[in-house]
Amino acid sequence: MGEKVIERFELKYLQIVDEAGVADPSLISSFPDGLIKKFFEAIVLTRTYNERALSLQREGRLGTYASVYGQEACQIGSALALEKGDWVFPSFRESGVFLTLGYPIWQMLRYWKGDERGMKIPRDINIFPMSVPVGTHIPHAAGAAWAMKIKGHKNASLCYFGDGGSSRGDFHEGLNIAGVLKLPAVFICQNNQWAISVPRSRQTAAKTIAQRAWSYGFEGVQVDGNDVLGVYSATKGALEKAKKGGGPTLIECFTYRLDDHTTADDASRYRSGEEVKEWKGKEPLVRLKILMQKKGLLSGEYEKTVNEKAKALVDKAIEEEEAYPPSEPEDIILYTNSSLTPRQSREIKELGWQK
Amino acid sequence: MAKINIVQAINQALREEMERDADVIVLGEDVGKDGGVFRVTEGLLEKFGPARVIDTPLAELGIAGAAIGMAAYGLKPVVEMQFMAFSYEAIEQIFSHAARLRNRSRGRYNCPIVVRMPYGVGIKGPELHMDSSEALFCHMPGIKVVVPSTPYNAKGLLTSAIRDPDPVVFLEPARLYRAIKTEVPQGEFTLALGKADVFQEGRDITAISWGAMLHRVIDASEGFDCEIIDLKTLKPFDEETILNSVKKTGRVVIVHEATKYCGLGAEVAAFLAQEAIMHLKGPVARVAAPEAVVPMALLEDYYMPSKERIRRAFEEAMKY
Ligand SMILES: Cc1ncc(C[n+]2csc(CCOP(=O)(O)OP(=O)(O)O)c2C)c(N)n1
Ligand SMILES: [Mg+2]
Repeated sequence: MGEKVIERFELKYLQIVDEAGVADPSLISSFPDGLIKKFFEAIVLTRTYNERALSLQREGRLGTYASVYGQEACQIGSALALEKGDWVFPSFRESGVFLTLGYPIWQMLRYWKGDERGMKIPRDINIFPMSVPVGTHIPHAAGAAWAMKIKGHKNASLCYFGDGGSSRGDFHEGLNIAGVLKLPAVFICQNNQWAISVPRSRQTAAKTIAQRAWSYGFEGVQVDGNDVLGVYSATKGALEKAKKGGGPTLIECFTYRLDDHTTADDASRYRSGEEVKEWKGKEPLVRLKILMQKKGLLSGEYEKTVNEKAKALVDKAIEEEEAYPPSEPEDIILYTNSSLTPRQSREIKELGWQK
Repeated sequence: MAKINIVQAINQALREEMERDADVIVLGEDVGKDGGVFRVTEGLLEKFGPARVIDTPLAELGIAGAAIGMAAYGLKPVVEMQFMAFSYEAIEQIFSHAARLRNRSRGRYNCPIVVRMPYGVGIKGPELHMDSSEALFCHMPGIKVVVPSTPYNAKGLLTSAIRDPDPVVFLEPARLYRAIKTEVPQGEFTLALGKADVFQEGRDITAISWGAMLHRVIDASEGFDCEIIDLKTLKPFDEETILNSVKKTGRVVIVHEATKYCGLGAEVAAFLAQEAIMHLKGPVARVAAPEAVVPMALLEDYYMPSKERIRRAFEEAMKY
């Protein structure tokens, strides 16, 4: 009789490299130089792509675009932890993930121009098309993980969404299913502090998003989302655990959206310049470069080569994208089902769309 | 009288209703500080404060469901869904509860909510920013569905929708938001729900449309003696106005940007087949989108019924 405490939880926060580029000596020791250089190269490529995409949008050569500036470490650190056979379920802001998985850059640009063919995923990349309705893809990641389990495959699914996405019913249902069935799924919430104009404090009264995992019976962890090493380490651990049958993990990457929500947004309407400035001081590339300098991994020559290579890749992609022939109007209808309905066949004729 | 656009007209209606009735509140994603992604609710937070202009968590089902509880308790919530397709999660609440509360409680409770949402093709938006699923909402008994086509009727219809004792889905043609300005009186006025407008009188063809398509129909009608009907309320639609017109013209072309299959045009056509068969000179024609989801920006223009397609339908109709 009476009252007693029956459950307590502890929440870990992980940071391997802080904003001044200082690393935790024991945690950094497992990172080979080659991997650190991979982080750097992927961040440079993502930034190069992102900047070009933004300028193409300004010139009217792309449609509305969602910038990834500031969140590169969340995306690259986690994507590099994936193994062949794992599946990825992105939201719409995961350019860093697509690039890191080797997604054709011209196709990404094509997508943002407003062409469905941009999301015709190459056969050798297991990523789902971008999910525009926020949070709605979370149950898909649970389902794919469920299928992996049923088929006895030692793979895992990795799902990305934002702080806003964590408020949707889909988040609850997806994580709950994953927990109940102990599925090999890893959920990455990029808490970039904003859902368009709505601050993180208005998405949940909980202190962190990570702690919500406990209510689904599995572990959550908060990571410095601007520390690519920390994100990598947390994701790798969670994926390994998932594949060993240890069930899902929720990783909250604590980060910041440095640009407007999309090119259609004006963030100065709802957040202060000081806040943005403060977070600029914590962005992921600066600290990584300091770390690499200290380790002697960042010669001027190397940096120049990486930058030039990224620029060349993106330049080439823009050329390829712009040389790509336009879609046929018939394509609007063709992919609705495996075969056309009688009505659709008639409509294609009536509209004069047959090729 | 000032000329204003639809964004301003809706903003005025909200402002005036909120001034008039302290129970009217506005809630949704980004409606407060940001003034809505289309700026429809601009300035309302400053004027009425955060208890009445509420930035919600990103949770459409929660927003709609909470609005139902608020309404039952005596508030008059005006909910914003950021884009029509993002209301799909909220359909659970709108269909299973908002639409049924009155019936379920045999009138003890009612549900005076308005669910506003931008909709429709023509804004070169990302995927799922241009859906036109009005027929879904029309299908469910218990819900009224309203679509303005001009700033004037946007203001009058929204005011009526807010005052209506039952749930109203208020669809705002995003393409028209800033595209047209008309004179709109300051101060409150209402336009009855369930009433269509005869936008232009004519003798040969009855052209029925709503929202953004109305303006395409007007464009396409040059050279035809066309009676143009702006349906304005899709559910319940104004049978009398349609019938009177069809009795006169005997030819009907229905134009909507939603996919044709089970689109609202089908209901209007079936109604005419039953009630006006003796007055019809030929088949009731529908110009609508093909059986496919709304394409992304580059193919969008093909999807939307074009002026040429509408004119062809008029020409066809005139063969009878
Ligand atoms: C279901 C749904 N509601 C609303 C929107 C409009 N919208 C697009 S992004 C966004 C905010 C998303 O915030 P968050 O999940 O934190 O992701 P972030 O944009 O910060 O990456 C909103 C409201 C949408 N795309 N889907
Ligand atoms: Mg966010």
